[in-house]
Amino acid sequence: MTTLAQRATKTTNPPKLAKSKIVPLVVTIISATAIVALTYVLPPFRNYQLATIGAYLCVTAGLTVLTGLNGQLSLGHGALMATGAYTLALWQEKFNLLLPGIVVAIAVTTLAGAVIGLAAARLRGPYLAGLTLAVAVVVPSITSTFDETFNSDQGLSVALDPPPGVIPVEQWQAWTCWAAALLTVLLLAYVIRGRFGRDMRAVRDDETAAKLAGVSVARTQVLAFVISSACAGLAGALFAVLAQSVSPGAFPLTLSLFLVMAIVIGGLGRLSGALIGAFLLVALPSAAQSIAEDAGSQHLEGNLALTVFGVVLVLVMLAAPGGLASLRIPRMNRKQTRINRKQKGQE
Amino acid sequence: MDRFLYLTFDGLSRGAVYAAFALALVLIWRAARIVNFAQGAMAVATAYAGYSVTNATGSYWLGFAVAIIGGLVIGAVVERVVMRFVDHSSPLNGVVVALGLVLIIQGVLGMIYGNNFRPAEAPFSRDAFQVGGVALLSRYDLFVFAAVGAVVVTLTLLFTRTSTGLRMRAAAFAPDVSRLLGVPVGGMLTLGWALAAAVGSLAGMLVIPTELGLHPNAMDLLFISAFTAAVLGGLDSPVGAVVGGLVVGLLLAYVSGYLGATVAPMAVLILLVVVLLGRPDGLFSRAKARTA
Repeated sequence: MTTLAQRATKTTNPPKLAKSKIVPLVVTIISATAIVALTYVLPPFRNYQLATIGAYLCVTAGLTVLTGLNGQLSLGHGALMATGAYTLALWQEKFNLLLPGIVVAIAVTTLAGAVIGLAAARLRGPYLAGLTLAVAVVVPSITSTFDETFNSDQGLSVALDPPPGVIPVEQWQAWTCWAAALLTVLLLAYVIRGRFGRDMRAVRDDETAAKLAGVSVARTQVLAFVISSACAGLAGALFAVLAQSVSPGAFPLTLSLFLVMAIVIGGLGRLSGALIGAFLLVALPSAAQSIAEDAGSQHLEGNLALTVFGVVLVLVMLAAPGGLASLRIPRMNRKQTRINRKQKGQE
Repeated sequence: MDRFLYLTFDGLSRGAVYAAFALALVLIWRAARIVNFAQGAMAVATAYAGYSVTNATGSYWLGFAVAIIGGLVIGAVVERVVMRFVDHSSPLNGVVVALGLVLIIQGVLGMIYGNNFRPAEAPFSRDAFQVGGVALLSRYDLFVFAAVGAVVVTLTLLFTRTSTGLRMRAAAFAPDVSRLLGVPVGGMLTLGWALAAAVGSLAGMLVIPTELGLHPNAMDLLFISAFTAAVLGGLDSPVGAVVGGLVVGLLLAYVSGYLGATVAPMAVLILLVVVLLGRPDGLFSRAKARTA
């Protein structure tokens, strides 16, 4: 017993100011400076693309935490983004106050996410994927059911004040989106480094063991879903700001699939992977678009990107299930994870 | 009452298609413990192939045959080339790979055929017969019932009366023991995928003339409905899939008949949520003989 008591006092020693608490903050500040500097150099269209990457980063970061760290695959985040975007559009129509509007959009999406998350916490594997897939397919059709509010397929336009001062619109958009994205990533970085992050990983790896260790499995899963829904709502609101309109066509099932692809390719559960994914979500379609224009084929437009995404996704899953961000892990580590995985498979 | 009768028959006809598609999902689930999320896209691809042949030759039945054979081929190819090499230690991997296939198939179809709806003709009249002044069934509905009925009977006979069916069940149930007894487990898996994809293609060929037409995304909602049907019946149960399909078909017919067609997708979602939360193993699940 004495040894136990000793161990207990050992762990309650005053925590040293961990390196892990400072690193995210430093990275964020450096990134913010770099982004602001970049927006002065880039031409307007590139700034717009940069802003889009920021908006995507919000949702991919949230999704990679949910799927990578907590093991819940959601195909419904496109629909959650639509929720955020429509909320912002309706808010702007009435009040035209952007910042509170974004907060409201996040709140509404969080609520929607909590409802889905409550159901999701009881489901596993393909059942959860099927349910969220249904959400992604069905939610856009709600705009036709209540067409007086949502104006059916035409969608709504988003009323926005011009940016303050003499800043070009694109630059202002890039600042807005990246401020939101960096804040999101910073908060998520602290969440996954903290106790809740450990809980999420514990639940993902072994629910029974997590339960025995006093982690509430259902609570952790619902909370993870809620957090990632809030991120999706924020991203949706930013997309509404970027496009200055919302329509169901902007949030098709493919969007949800693209998000999953982005986090898988980037590396599940890694915020750096979310950044890679967000970058690819903007860069690949843009590259495919220019190829399609050169070829002068209408059929290629959009579809080329779709095909490339699909091929890359399948190849990554077959060759490097850890994603691109895992490629820099030392070999020893990877071997160990593979062994762990094998053991898990045998159980 | 007339309307109710009409909707009932309409629902049964829709439900037969959902049943066939759900059956395809169940076949793969039983064989490989994977829900094939690419099933809809695979079926659309074969439907495109079928209608291309029909347009080129003028014969619906030649196109129909091409679609079904195309289903066998695409199912076997997907299993042999992709699914066999997926690391199945996490159930997410199979789902994600299937979603990658969805993107590839939809992208390729869009590149070849474009993203417009293409008209797809039905081989029989879709005008309903009048029975005592009430419109009940069309020739096409009868064709749907016959086709799905034939598939169900064939599959039942295959799995219960032939040695191939026995081998397939053995390979799925106890792969290691089956291998020791000389059953080509890999081959049986490929066969299972091929059969399931062919059944999915049949469902696609049956449903597309009744919808807006051919489109790379034409089967998205059908997939959801069929998935709901399969879950309703219990993913492990072929009988459950058929019954689940009919139930979902009836529900959708009543909902779109009485509440409007735009409400139907939401009804599917609500049904799916209710089933998953209330009875996730489905209505027809037996005692837990095995777990995934």
